[in-house]
Amino acid sequence: MDWSALFLSLRLAGWTVVILLPVSILMGRFLAHNRFRGKGVLEALIILPLVLPPTVLGFYLLVAFGRSSPIGQIWQDIFGQQLVFSFQGLVVASVIFNLPFAIQPAQRGFEGVAPEVREAAACCGLSPLRSLWKVELPLAWPGLMTAMVLTFAHTLGEFGIVLMVGGAIPGETKTIAISIYDSVQGFDDRGAAMMSAVLVAISLFAIAVTYALSARVGRRLS
Amino acid sequence: MTRSPIGRLIAATCAAFWLQAGVVSAQQAAPVVAAASDLQFAVSEIAAAFQAETGMSVRLSMGSTGNFARQIREGAPFQIFMAADEQFIADLHAEGFTRDAGDLYALGRVVIMVPNGSALTPDGQLDHLAEMLAAGDINRFAIANPDHAPYGMRAREALVHRGIWDDLQPVLVQGENVSQAAQFALSGNADGGILAYSLALAPQIGPRGTYALIPDDWHAPLRQRMVLLNDAGPVAQAFYDYMMQPAAREIMERYGFTLPEGE
Repeated sequence: MDWSALFLSLRLAGWTVVILLPVSILMGRFLAHNRFRGKGVLEALIILPLVLPPTVLGFYLLVAFGRSSPIGQIWQDIFGQQLVFSFQGLVVASVIFNLPFAIQPAQRGFEGVAPEVREAAACCGLSPLRSLWKVELPLAWPGLMTAMVLTFAHTLGEFGIVLMVGGAIPGETKTIAISIYDSVQGFDDRGAAMMSAVLVAISLFAIAVTYALSARVGRRLS
Repeated sequence: MTRSPIGRLIAATCAAFWLQAGVVSAQQAAPVVAAASDLQFAVSEIAAAFQAETGMSVRLSMGSTGNFARQIREGAPFQIFMAADEQFIADLHAEGFTRDAGDLYALGRVVIMVPNGSALTPDGQLDHLAEMLAAGDINRFAIANPDHAPYGMRAREALVHRGIWDDLQPVLVQGENVSQAAQFALSGNADGGILAYSLALAPQIGPRGTYALIPDDWHAPLRQRMVLLNDAGPVAQAFYDYMMQPAAREIMERYGFTLPEGE
């Protein structure tokens, strides 16, 4: 059992959620309340990582963030270290890969907030920010919670991209999914079985939470 | 009402990774060694001996030599690269990614290995393999990827030399590296495979099957070279030197790695 890999995965999932929470609130709310030209294209772009093979994303990220790329060089100049094969690089990759998992449910959550409720809040003199905080977030939070739970669980299970841009460095980029892969190759069936069981348990828990929350939203809407 | 669920979620996730920050940063001091996967067990043992003897530690990343070479070009923060084939080191050296030309640390060998209970008998001349193949009795045969894994390249050369490479195509399964090929060959889902001698000798793998050495003049030599990369630190240097010490050599020899005379 590779505990450091499990904690690394939890850390990666934690950072991904922390970064994607504000993004999903802003983007989800924006997409829920606005109609504009090109909205379909934008939504398609957000969904894209869901259907792309991880190896495609991994390849693009490797090329886009590598030493010879402009982004990789700018990052190197600012932070003094490489973006690929680092924990930060995994966080960036993970944020991109989880965009659909974070934004979609959040958007559904905000779409569930009736326009009359928002208008009433505005009529009562609430500023947009206070309206968001006091009225919309409390109503949309099951959607947001679903988004974050899915993002968290999905990050724990991500394999292809991490394999390609991570480099399997223990304590830095060797996540639990990679560690399971290595254990299988190293004929450590016991370790692989234990880590797999832990991942199954976490994933089951995440799905249970998500379903419970969607049931709640369903009740409220009906 | 707002604050509680979302606030709690944030607090929980923060706890998950802040708690670990300390542990991870302590680990980060140890340099990373990228090692070809035929070294999986030998180098793990050497790293443990190194730590016991010197108190210094390294982190091991195992994989296919070709993939590591690619990752080093993209800026992977490895400090030592132990390749299964010296050509990769020579290329990296020519492109300025390494400190010097490195050192030859082992000669690798390939074996044919079959899982216990397989109908295939391992023989170095691959006669029984050719026979069973002709009879259509081979379902799956595993080698490492011959495009980027040195042991896969040598396996292909040996099979070409024996004249059965083309006939083997329909049943060939390829591992991403030689460890995965071993996993494929010995998990009971294949009739056998061509693997690294060092893996066949490993206690974790040896009991799972039987093997025979393939003549080393059937393929180009597996001259395994290691090198210090540009940002190697003192611990990496110490481990590099340790690899050539008698204690490490003894472990390497136990895994079937020899050094050519006079080099």
